[in-house]
Amino acid sequence: MTILLFGITKDIVGQPTLSLSHSEAQGLHTAGELKEFLKDNYPDMKKLSSLAVAVNSEYAQDEHAIKEEDEIAIIPPVSGG
Amino acid sequence: MKSNRYIRQTQLREFGPLAQEKLQNASVLVVGLGGLGIPVLQYLNAMGIGRLGLVDNDIIDETNLHRQVLYNEAEIGQSKIEVCLARLKEQNSQTIIDVHETFLNRDNALGIIGNYDLVVDASDNFPTRYLINDACIIQNKPFVYGALHGFEGQVSVFNYKGGPTYRCLFPVMPAASELPSCDENGVLGVLPGIIGNLQALEVVKMIAGIGEVLSGRLLVYNGLNTTMHNIRFSKNPKHSNICILQESYQVPCSSDLEIDALKLQDLLQTDQPHLLIDVREPGEFMEDRLESAVNIPIGELEDRQIVFDNTDKVFLICQSGIRSMQGKYILQKRFPDVKFINVHGGLNRIRASEPLV
Repeated sequence: MTILLFGITKDIVGQPTLSLSHSEAQGLHTAGELKEFLKDNYPDMKKLSSLAVAVNSEYAQDEHAIKEEDEIAIIPPVSGG
Repeated sequence: MKSNRYIRQTQLREFGPLAQEKLQNASVLVVGLGGLGIPVLQYLNAMGIGRLGLVDNDIIDETNLHRQVLYNEAEIGQSKIEVCLARLKEQNSQTIIDVHETFLNRDNALGIIGNYDLVVDASDNFPTRYLINDACIIQNKPFVYGALHGFEGQVSVFNYKGGPTYRCLFPVMPAASELPSCDENGVLGVLPGIIGNLQALEVVKMIAGIGEVLSGRLLVYNGLNTTMHNIRFSKNPKHSNICILQESYQVPCSSDLEIDALKLQDLLQTDQPHLLIDVREPGEFMEDRLESAVNIPIGELEDRQIVFDNTDKVFLICQSGIRSMQGKYILQKRFPDVKFINVHGGLNRIRASEPLV
């Protein structure tokens, strides 16, 4: 599973994309579970109160199902101007 | 004789004289005269929008110049809104320009926004962005959102013909400590130019009724690898049914305790006991600070132990007065009995008043 990271999530992970192995991805069934997985592995993400997940370029609610071949993007709000 | 001023766009078949007339009859409010607001205004003014409203209360700082390309070196320390007004009048004498020399706040937002057809969110902080969202829903105005982080930008049109809003994407306003601003994180000079121009284009499309408005889609631009992602999203009535503004957005209200940065300077010289907390990041604090200031970065205000003995007044300062206002709300909640006062205009205002050496 490949996850595109935007905004501060890219800075937290330290790279623009995150590749999950087959075994890691197998345990993740929904967008909400993916968020929890990221928060567990990257504790700085716990601080973010709003974090949008897009599955195949569509905004996904927490219960939205995800599959290994989906294109997933993590989009936090950004404030700069 | 009819002017040829707009002929290069009216000769476009999809645009034509009718669209030009619509621009002429339109009014647009631009909140924020920084990296985003400047390109938005320069193009809307050049293209012939009839009436433009400007909202800002900041002054030009040296660190603005690399991205806020309307301002010149000689104008450091001057009011952004005054410089903008003069420049835009020179650019197009036919535009009616209203100046609102204030930051948008809970008290003035509905009144100001109500006077315009649509709004451009060119602000640089979450409290203002959420305030614009909520006020635009209440006033039934569409608004064009643009925001930056490093080499990235986001653009969307919210509340367009009953479409999705900012809170449909990001329901909860992030706390001040969650995410860095441009001042803390940095931004490449050209980035706001790109994002601001995309915002201006959405404004023109909406008014002229041409093309497809970026409603229900979030555009995420990455300048480093030149990619654009379009994320589709839909309306969430749970987050978009708003009838009144929230109690607080952590932006200054007229009723709030504030002191002008220049008056603070006088006060500090009188030896009155006081505590001055600078809420910027340690790097910024090291670069430039007031002598009596102690540094507690905004992210640490929730938990850091603070001793207030012998002080009846606690002043909060940052670069421009925005983060210190957010800090004031955090501390006021923690210590309801202490009097916290925000230093309006921040270090920028103090430094701008000093003679150049």
